[in-house]
Amino acid sequence: MKAQVVTISSGKGGVGKTTATANLAVALAAAGSKVVCIDGDIGLRNLDVVMGLENRIVYDIVDVIEGRCRLKQAMIRDKRLPELYLIPAAQTRDKQSVSASDMVRVVHDLRKEADWILIDSPAGIERGFKNAVAPADRVIVVTNPEVSAVRDADRVIGILEAEEKGTPSLIINRLNPSLVRQNDMLSAEDVLDLLAVKLIGIVPEDENVIVGTNRGNPVALEPKSKAGQAFRNIARRLQGEEVPFLDLEAGNGFWSRWLGRK
Amino acid sequence: MFNFFKRHKSAESAKERLQLVLIHDRINLSPAELEALKDDLIETISRHVVIDPQAVRIAMEHEGRSQRLVADIPIQGVGRRKRGKAK
Ligand SMILES: Nc1ncnc2c1ncn2[C@@H]1O[C@H](COP(=O)(O)OP(=O)(O)OP(=O)(O)O)[C@@H](O)[C@H]1O
Ligand SMILES: [Mg+2]
Repeated sequence: MKAQVVTISSGKGGVGKTTATANLAVALAAAGSKVVCIDGDIGLRNLDVVMGLENRIVYDIVDVIEGRCRLKQAMIRDKRLPELYLIPAAQTRDKQSVSASDMVRVVHDLRKEADWILIDSPAGIERGFKNAVAPADRVIVVTNPEVSAVRDADRVIGILEAEEKGTPSLIINRLNPSLVRQNDMLSAEDVLDLLAVKLIGIVPEDENVIVGTNRGNPVALEPKSKAGQAFRNIARRLQGEEVPFLDLEAGNGFWSRWLGRK
Repeated sequence: MFNFFKRHKSAESAKERLQLVLIHDRINLSPAELEALKDDLIETISRHVVIDPQAVRIAMEHEGRSQRLVADIPIQGVGRRKRGKAK
């Protein structure tokens, strides 16, 4: 196996990176891939609780880096999907305990163990972000249809291009279709016009996300949830499939135009 | 002015404001610095040809994610400049 490494990033905090990482991981694993996700948010560990794996943690990524355990010992197996693993962040350390070359080395060793390696980046554009992005083959930037999130996403996209990481693809998360229809929220088309990157998915605002997070069950495992469907579609697009975008903004003609544009 | 009874299209303001902010973020120049650049440009070009500063149009355009500074500078009175005296 030779894993593809995808880092989920954003610039602004709280836009849904951890939610997206957890959901893409379960969706890819449910589709039969072997997936390892890494919590890159050293000191503010969260991916474990979102995935419902917080009680199983023994070792973390800093233990691997500092040689206190082997890579496989830090890989927590998911309780639902046999081919899904989490390497948690260290909670009591800070970002200074990890360097970009540490991340590159760990991920390099992990590549032969999985089909997909997903890295949940911390917010910001400093060291933690740089560490998370260093080993990536591709980066997904998550934003919300809202001024500060879009502005920060643009900064991150600019930095990634300047560092020759290529142009990332975009997830627009927490889109509220009725607000868009009444012209009180940026539409997906507006956000794409502004950021000029490739769209990989639009995830609606969905209370199932909060309920799922409360229980430690990512919503992608919920067949009826719209956000879950959106995340499953993104996982399929990651695998190279062409999947039409969900009809969230029905009525404004965006979809036909967008799909026609290619 | 703001009218409570009229639907305020806040998405439009968001998009327009972002368009401007992103231009300045991407080129790392504030609106004031862009003005200064324009003045410098006019001054430099005026040393070589006669132009009407009022007629100069300078705009940021973008194609995808790349920015372009586009200047439209009509030239007046070609030939009035004294050759060889530039130095
Ligand atoms: N599509 C959605 N619908 C509703 N709630 C959402 C959605 N996506 C994320 N949320 C909620 O938004 C909050 C922030 O999400 P999350 O923790 O994934 O963001 P983050 O980008 O990882 O934050 P941080 O920058 O702090 O790491 C959470 O409470 C999450 O449940
Ligand atoms: Mg997070």
